[in-house]
Amino acid sequence: MSVSFLISQAKSVQKVIDENSAEIEVLDQKIGDGDHIFNIQRGLKLVVELEDAIKDLPLAKALNMIAMKVLSGIGGSSGALFGTFFMTMAKSSDLDKDVDFNKACEMIISGIKSMKERGKADVGEKTMMDVLLPVSEKLNELKNESEFKPGLNEVIKIAEERMLSTKDMLATKGRASFLGERAKGHIDPGARSSQLIIDTICKSVINN
Amino acid sequence: MKKFINNNDDFLKESLTGFGKAHSDIINVNLDPSFVSRKNKTKDGKVSLISGGGSGHEPMHGGFVGHGMLDAACPGFVFSAPTPDQMQAAAEHVDSGAGVLFIVKNYSGDIMNFEMGAEMYSGKNDSIITNDDVAVEDSTFTTGRRGVAATVLVEKIVGSLAEHSGSLDECKKLGEKVNKKAGTMGVAFTSCTVPAAGKPTFNIGNDEMEFGVGIHGEPGRKREKIQPSKTIVGNILEAILDNLKPEKNEKNLLFVNGMGGTPLTELYLVYEDACQILQSKGVEVTKSLVGNYCTSLEMQGASITLLKCDDEILKHWDAPVHTAAMRWGM
Repeated sequence: MSVSFLISQAKSVQKVIDENSAEIEVLDQKIGDGDHIFNIQRGLKLVVELEDAIKDLPLAKALNMIAMKVLSGIGGSSGALFGTFFMTMAKSSDLDKDVDFNKACEMIISGIKSMKERGKADVGEKTMMDVLLPVSEKLNELKNESEFKPGLNEVIKIAEERMLSTKDMLATKGRASFLGERAKGHIDPGARSSQLIIDTICKSVINN
Repeated sequence: MKKFINNNDDFLKESLTGFGKAHSDIINVNLDPSFVSRKNKTKDGKVSLISGGGSGHEPMHGGFVGHGMLDAACPGFVFSAPTPDQMQAAAEHVDSGAGVLFIVKNYSGDIMNFEMGAEMYSGKNDSIITNDDVAVEDSTFTTGRRGVAATVLVEKIVGSLAEHSGSLDECKKLGEKVNKKAGTMGVAFTSCTVPAAGKPTFNIGNDEMEFGVGIHGEPGRKREKIQPSKTIVGNILEAILDNLKPEKNEKNLLFVNGMGGTPLTELYLVYEDACQILQSKGVEVTKSLVGNYCTSLEMQGASITLLKCDDEILKHWDAPVHTAAMRWGM
């Protein structure tokens, strides 16, 4: 993981999220209030715009700037959760040394763990954690393998299955929880956007 | 979408700037990070009250900054929680050393961002969470009830206590008491349109209403055909009374709140219907508030809040207040 990797991933994710924005907006309007997609899009735009400011910085500093930008520029649950994610990644030790696959997995795992603590949500509550926590567990299994590409294909599959599984769940966290039974039958918008992000990044790592 | 708007990115900034100019005798607007604060510095020893939340509920919360109510308000984007740096900057700006009480409506995003703001602020602080919406079942398995219109009452009543030298603990305790003694339920006839979305948040037929709607256009208990005002008001009050169970002889404040698109004539009609129904049930109404205080952009509809009052609450309700949106006694 490097600063240029982060920038190029942010650009790819931005493209994919923009392509799927109408779908995510509709999902959020069904069970939320419709702000999720705008928050994610605003956050990605802010991060992509950081390119000139961070491209020559050490990784820890760049992650920290991304964290503060996400935290102060997005708002809503997404801002707090993704801000927490990047802030935790920035606090990882030994970022001045080479960040290999194993180290990158550890950073992502601890980032997701801190998101879970911030949002106090667990698997089965119809939130983005339904996608992120199983992905984090899989990365934990994969991180020491020398040949990780097949594993990343599994990560893609897990993210998709778990995203789809939110459809029949009752929500117990977030704004959809106010709906009770009426939240059933709709995929959680946060689970969908998280799955798209994971899908995009895994495919890019596999193809490089 | 038909709105007074120049471009989406500047929508909030332009509105806040105008708000600051229109009420420059009471408040200052700070941009980047955005917060509204009183024109005068918080006096030494006075606890500072800070609230905030997504924009689109005006006059909540910026309109409640001023003597007898809030010290600062942090506006997020439309319907999105504000960010932790706003809360931190507002707290640093207003705290006179007596501490800061954050008043937060019960939504995941607001709670997370206020929690982070409180962690980032080095001064003494505490928080209360409002959750007065009886449309949502309260249960340990959910995020719980939504914080809606009673937040206005909490801010007014705790604001008075803070003005009268209440400590941080006392302010928190009173705020929690008011929240617990209040129940709210709303109904919407039309949707609202978030500027960034450009189209209505939900579709609703000409002859339909959303019963138990949230203040962001979130669906409520059920979708129904519209009915005469008395029937709607009766159903809302039934849900509230079920929940609050006021005692005979207890004094109550009746608050009819417009969602933004319903004229005052209708809100007063709702108030009259509510008074009659409450009287027939032996529920005494001694205080009133009618108007657009906790809105959902241009949504047509109204919410009704009932607050069971004791002497302490009544005293602080009547105390002078001087803000952009609420003014009496001075």
